[in-house]
Amino acid sequence: MVRYIIRRLLWVIVLLIVVSFVTFTIFYLLPSADPAVLRAGRAPNPALIAHIRHVLGLDRPFYVQYWRYIKAVILHFDFGYSYQFSQPVKSLILSRLPATISLTVGAVVIWVSVGVTAGAVSAIRRRSFLDRFTMIGSLVAISAPSYWLGLISLLLFSKDIGKFHIFDGANTYVGLTANPGRWFGSLILPWLVLAASLAAFYARLLRSNLIEAMSEDYIRTARAKGLRERRVIWRHGVRAAITPVVTALGIDIGFLLGGAVLVETVFNIPGVGRLAYDGIQNSDLPIIQGTVLFGAFFIVIANLVVDIAYAFLDPRVRYT
Amino acid sequence: MSPLLDVRDLRVSFHTEDGVVHAVDGVSYSVDTGRTLGIVGESGSGKTVSSLTTLGLTRSRSTTISGEILFEGEDLNTMSADRLRRIRGNEITMIFQDPLSSLHPFYKVGWQLVEAMRTHRSIPKAAARERAAELLDLVGIPDPRRRVDQFPHEFSGGMRQRAMIAMALANEPKLLIADEPTTALDVTVQAQILALLDDLQRRLGMAIIIITHDLGVVAETADEIAVMYAGRIVERGTAEQIFNSPQHPYTWGLLQSIPRLNTPRGQELVPISGRPPSLINRPSGCFFHPRCPYVREAHKRIDPRLEAVEGDPGHEVACLLEQEVRSRIWRGLQQGRTPAELAALAQPEAVSQTGQAPSLAEGPSA
Repeated sequence: MVRYIIRRLLWVIVLLIVVSFVTFTIFYLLPSADPAVLRAGRAPNPALIAHIRHVLGLDRPFYVQYWRYIKAVILHFDFGYSYQFSQPVKSLILSRLPATISLTVGAVVIWVSVGVTAGAVSAIRRRSFLDRFTMIGSLVAISAPSYWLGLISLLLFSKDIGKFHIFDGANTYVGLTANPGRWFGSLILPWLVLAASLAAFYARLLRSNLIEAMSEDYIRTARAKGLRERRVIWRHGVRAAITPVVTALGIDIGFLLGGAVLVETVFNIPGVGRLAYDGIQNSDLPIIQGTVLFGAFFIVIANLVVDIAYAFLDPRVRYT
Repeated sequence: MSPLLDVRDLRVSFHTEDGVVHAVDGVSYSVDTGRTLGIVGESGSGKTVSSLTTLGLTRSRSTTISGEILFEGEDLNTMSADRLRRIRGNEITMIFQDPLSSLHPFYKVGWQLVEAMRTHRSIPKAAARERAAELLDLVGIPDPRRRVDQFPHEFSGGMRQRAMIAMALANEPKLLIADEPTTALDVTVQAQILALLDDLQRRLGMAIIIITHDLGVVAETADEIAVMYAGRIVERGTAEQIFNSPQHPYTWGLLQSIPRLNTPRGQELVPISGRPPSLINRPSGCFFHPRCPYVREAHKRIDPRLEAVEGDPGHEVACLLEQEVRSRIWRGLQQGRTPAELAALAQPEAVSQTGQAPSLAEGPSA
């Protein structure tokens, strides 16, 4: 098991280097704009642009730029300076992390509890009105893009521009430590919007898995043992059906920790996703590079955690 | 005294999109403490459904169940779901065909045994674990203390079935229903499992119902045998009666499809031709008539009832052929003739010769 984990971690490093190289290449070949021009002010003169280009190292060949970058990352854990903020990328990302974590954790709680409950009830009351209602509702939720759902929810329920003034709208995020009440209030809509499609997906995933599990022989055995139906469902059925859900959960959490770009942008929450969005808008390569690497890191780590968790969830799985 | 389990005129039908499936159609049988009943039939003959119904496991909105299932004089069929649940896994337990899929893959074997015990009696966890190891020992699993902490996939097929049996014995049941307990196992392991069941019955004195498609399985173990076809019992008697003077053409077919060591070399096993009938659109008359080599025109209209075999108390058969004709055909089959050769014996013109069998029947040994 330990050897397996070490081997996987080495691969994580290789993978991250590849990701950084690809990002670098894409940006070099297809720049969204010239970063030096963007930083040269309203009336740039060629000399200034050339100077800025030299300062940022953009006049060096591609491979030199990449080599400098990756060397700094590996040797000093230095992700460079943001062109637009003139601050270290590392501290920028870390300062944005709490908002992203807040958004992710709250959404996880909502979508797991709603998704698992809805999925289990749907599977057990299969073909009932409740099942059909849940499944149609989940189809709608999965189909609705989160930016659209976010804007609609703001137009309907936010205190500033909404039809019904219920929840705090966009731009209201404050840190948890600054004001817990306002932190909570400002995140309710983003949580719901982010959780909606995921809850729907989890409900459908669990439903199909549970329906399959409940037709297994060991469920018949559990019933023949005289267990109460509730125990048969939760301890025997859901226990067997939950494995793929946990897998999806790990990946989704990893993905969201890398920044929920759309939801953070719609609600203007200063998270990592919003930072990445701003980086792309301003051709801020170090920020793009940093946030992509950061997101990739969470995804590959989440994959590793899921694979390890598998060994605990399913005793038949062994790693060597 | 009434028997431990007395099933009377049990009927189970499932309402499906394709129509009503008459899975069990007027079945009666009983089994007493210390005795073994074998229920034999092909898949789809209703043998499993009848036993699952005993435990209330077929109850659902789309199922119609009628008849009586008297267990110690109480009708399980009309019992509340919760009362029946307390009997299930406690006084009546069941083991199934495929021991790998019947054990939960994610829980240790010991945990599953402990759960079976603690569902029905308040016993401390440690004591239950101790007893789990004892039970594994009882069913012949070596090193039981280590084995309780293993998962089902770490057990071999035979071991898993032993573990299932241990789980079924955990609450000292009065009745054990074994549904195809050996079908998924190797032949040598089959024999071990059957011997184990026999031995446990002698030591613990419970009643056993063995459900199987293989008459060979119940040959050694069953006291009484009921042969089921298309949801009905077509023949019933002691094991001796069924094996020595079987009366129903379907039973003959089952007997002839068992390989025997003393079968003459080169003689082929005779399979029963055709397929089991649909339980939605059942054949007219005798349900077996489409597959019966000895069918007469009248059998396609008349529905036979289970009747006593003359001169053989306790032996019953549902066949429209005359007893005399049946014995002659069975003798012919034992002499190695094929059903096709003997079919003529069953025809009315042959029978009308008042017992004078046509020359065909007088084989060289006659």
